[in-house]
Amino acid sequence: MIPAQFDYVRAGSLGEAVQELAADEDAKVLAGGQSLLPLLRLRLAYPSKLVDVGRLPELTGVHDRGDHVFIGAMATHDEVLRSGVVNADCPLVAQATATVADPAVRHRGTFGGSLAHCDPAGDLPAVVLALEGVFVARSAEGEREIPAAEFFVDYLESALGPGEVLVGVRLPKLGAGWGYHYEKFHRTAQSWATVGVAAAVKRSNGAIEEARIGLTNMGPTPVRARVVETALRGMQMGDDVRRACEEAAAGTSPPSDLHAQPDYRRHLARVLTHRAILHAAGSP
Amino acid sequence: MTEVGKARKRKEDRRLLTGHTQWTDNLRQPGMLHVMFLRSPMAHARITRVDVSAARDLPGVVAAFGGQDFAAEQGSLPCAWPVSEDIVIPDHPPMAVSEVRYVGEAVACVVATDHYLAADALEAIEVDYEPLPAVLDMNEALAPDSPKVHEAGNQAYTVKITSGDVEAAFRDAPVVIDRTYIQQRLIPSAMEPRAVLAGTDGDSFTLWSSTQIPHVLRVMLAVVTGIPEHKIRVIAPDVGGGFGSKLQVTAEEVLCLLLTKRLGKPVKWTESRSEGNLTVHHGRDQIQHLRLAAEADGRIRGLQVELLADMGAYLMLVTPGIPMLGASMFNAIYKMDAYEFGCTGVFTTKMPTDAYRGAGRPEATYGIERVMDELAAELRLDPLEVRRRNWIKHDEFPYTTISGLTYDSGNYEAATDKAMALFGYDKLRAEQADRRDRGDPVQLGIGVSTFTEMCGLAPSRMLGAANYGAGGWEHGSVRMLPTGKVEVITGTSPHGQGHATAWSQITADALGVPFEDITVLHGDTAIAHKGMDTYGSRSLTVGGIAVLKACDKVKDKARKLASHLLECAPDDLEFAEGVFKVKGTDSQKTIQELAYAAFTAHDLPEGVEAGLDSDATFDPENYSFPHGTHLCAVEVDTETGMAKIRSYVAVDDVGAVVNPLIVEGQIHGGIAQGVAQALYEEAVYDSEGNLLTTTMADYLLPTAMDLPDFVTDRTETPATSNPLGAKGVGEAGTIASTPAVVNAIVDALRPRGIHDIQMPCTPERIWRALR
Repeated sequence: MIPAQFDYVRAGSLGEAVQELAADEDAKVLAGGQSLLPLLRLRLAYPSKLVDVGRLPELTGVHDRGDHVFIGAMATHDEVLRSGVVNADCPLVAQATATVADPAVRHRGTFGGSLAHCDPAGDLPAVVLALEGVFVARSAEGEREIPAAEFFVDYLESALGPGEVLVGVRLPKLGAGWGYHYEKFHRTAQSWATVGVAAAVKRSNGAIEEARIGLTNMGPTPVRARVVETALRGMQMGDDVRRACEEAAAGTSPPSDLHAQPDYRRHLARVLTHRAILHAAGSP
Repeated sequence: MTEVGKARKRKEDRRLLTGHTQWTDNLRQPGMLHVMFLRSPMAHARITRVDVSAARDLPGVVAAFGGQDFAAEQGSLPCAWPVSEDIVIPDHPPMAVSEVRYVGEAVACVVATDHYLAADALEAIEVDYEPLPAVLDMNEALAPDSPKVHEAGNQAYTVKITSGDVEAAFRDAPVVIDRTYIQQRLIPSAMEPRAVLAGTDGDSFTLWSSTQIPHVLRVMLAVVTGIPEHKIRVIAPDVGGGFGSKLQVTAEEVLCLLLTKRLGKPVKWTESRSEGNLTVHHGRDQIQHLRLAAEADGRIRGLQVELLADMGAYLMLVTPGIPMLGASMFNAIYKMDAYEFGCTGVFTTKMPTDAYRGAGRPEATYGIERVMDELAAELRLDPLEVRRRNWIKHDEFPYTTISGLTYDSGNYEAATDKAMALFGYDKLRAEQADRRDRGDPVQLGIGVSTFTEMCGLAPSRMLGAANYGAGGWEHGSVRMLPTGKVEVITGTSPHGQGHATAWSQITADALGVPFEDITVLHGDTAIAHKGMDTYGSRSLTVGGIAVLKACDKVKDKARKLASHLLECAPDDLEFAEGVFKVKGTDSQKTIQELAYAAFTAHDLPEGVEAGLDSDATFDPENYSFPHGTHLCAVEVDTETGMAKIRSYVAVDDVGAVVNPLIVEGQIHGGIAQGVAQALYEEAVYDSEGNLLTTTMADYLLPTAMDLPDFVTDRTETPATSNPLGAKGVGEAGTIASTPAVVNAIVDALRPRGIHDIQMPCTPERIWRALR
């Protein structure tokens, strides 16, 4: 790796990290480095300074907080995967995390880093969006909470301000009756999702009571398939579900790249949404 | 003590796997400087100005040069294979001087005290370009009004070969299959990127390079730069794969040599992966038009092949010859009365193409094996049945094919029967029928590939007849040391093939010495003083035999010495397990004792020189012809277009096997690489000639996670062209697997009226075909 020159600071405390970032608007936060370092290597990014938040205790660990799970921004994908509370109460996060790249990346890459990077092809943004997680951020002014629906602003752009550090994400425990599935379509095991669908479905008396669907790589940000969610409410499993899922791409603006053109991505969103709903509803 | 045939773990692996390798990039020399190249962002442009002055002034920068600075001494990169009378070989300056013809062509360089500073300084170089039109499409390039890549036009050469009465074969033919296939452009992706280190003592030069061809490179560096050959030493240290991409004389090798000459200091260059995707020669890239005439029962009457082959912007070492390696292979294992092969080499403003694993033979095999499936479908016959009706039968060998090669041996029946049994062919056909009947969204396809290839490059006289610029022999040398240990020197240049192990096994058997007592030396022109290096599945069938011949010479000498010391006639000695014994007595000498006696030279017979060592070369009389039957089952999800390999059976006949583990490894890797062409890999240029696939996120390579367990087995029909009976294995898997996979995908989709999917068969392409 031969990046352009930059300064490096390993923050000793969250306060110090925030100060470093506030003092230099071209500074970037270095978490696990799995997205930032390739950008540096390809000289697509020229940060003046990297503020390494790797050793800040406030950002680490996965915590059971009763009605929600708090995942520290610096928890690695591997820690998340091995967390009992994530597997028990947020299995959708575990499912999606298991599809992230490969073991080497999952041991270095972090939950918060991949969310703050705001790559719409990343798997976790759609999941946190569907679960309606809450982002906790810290700046010199203090701490604030950002709902998932407001966090993903644009392609590679989050709601975090220049002097702000993501501390972690609060994920509500949805409780009994919910089923989950992350359906990822990608060409090789290590490639990003061409399209991914994160689904959480609550059933009561056989019918779908509520469905939440997050779409990966169907636009510059992760998006909810609201039309389908609305249509599914109260629906019995069967052909109607398939028909409802035909609207999965409504309102999306999927990208065109070497792996897929927009019309194909729209088609995939329909097929994969149906599959995700069936799995999440427990009747594939 | 039979070593040949034993599944020995490779003696190289401990070092390779534990980080004790000497990759070129690991090497350090006192005072070493780092080189980086500025590369053209334009596919085609006139260079109007290169200003390196700002870069030269930066801290740590020792020198910076543009193409003009090398113009007087850099020569032209060589093309060693002018395949036709009409060939146009354009000047190919290692660093562009006045015009660039592909994105990535070097236009300037920086030499600095470390590579960070060199990379920073590159950004300070100013180059002005006057854009010229890119030439990207082969058909358009051949149009009279097309912009030109070179002054002489866009046609590099034309070749036409005819055998038999083609017109008669097609006249009134009951069946004619007419298909056009695209062999997409591929990027060879060796694990170790290229690297070069050049040093000088002021008078002579040493060049370390991650190359497959230290010997060829040395000759060519002398020719290109004018530095006398005896002043150049080339060393290929550990080399992490090549797949043909390091069978090249590269601009960077020449320029690093010139830089060390100019600066008097060692200079090193290591490419990044993205730089490599742009500037390592590419592979394949042909448009293949095939017409096959057949009888109503499926017997082939004749075959016509017309190729357009993308040369890229220049002709590199064997660029024009690559399609010609397929010229005699389209007829494959089949009998026919007439054959015509035509090829037009075309210049485009892209990276030049050249050898990539299989080199011409995968392309040919793909074309014919795809068309054989089409013939079967047309006649509603099982694809294996159509092949059976056409292939050369076991009792017909040796057989001279329509394209003029004489296949010495083969047993297509045995390989196919074995593969069908392992695959469960009939059961899978039944499942396929069932899924079709049920309208299952996941359809099953079965792909067949009964391939052969020509290996063991190559008989020198045949290369001469093909106007190739060198011979095809190989050199081996064996020396017994005073203590009875053995050094083997080979002219082959392994870069992952395991020659140190295999050559030790051959030598251990031939001399009756322990495997552990043998060291194999290679890859340094000062140690292995002659050789033709490693490519084209040639190392064992040519280089291994040279080692065997050298062992025979050592043994002959040892026998003379033993007969002298034991006071008997040479014929009275029997040799077994390293011991010469006077028949019917206890009187004997071990080969180690004889090595010591030859070393002390106290008592040598008349006319015998000191030392127990020898040199030998081997020049094969014929190519060798590995073959095999590969069967592939693919599940195609018709809702998403995703094709997934469910099972894969490969039965290969590579003749006699020296080390089954190495053979297994070659077959596995080869299949993976062929599958990659079928499903994943494609070098994509945009409409302005920019390469879009410069990272592994865009240029997809499968990993173990994407591939099924391969079931592999062998039949063993020895080659008659060499004393081991070996045929070569380095490319077999790659050649066989690509058509097997695509045939399976098309087989799954055929009821939907689909008879081709363009490679790579991406889910999107399959989905579009299904719509």
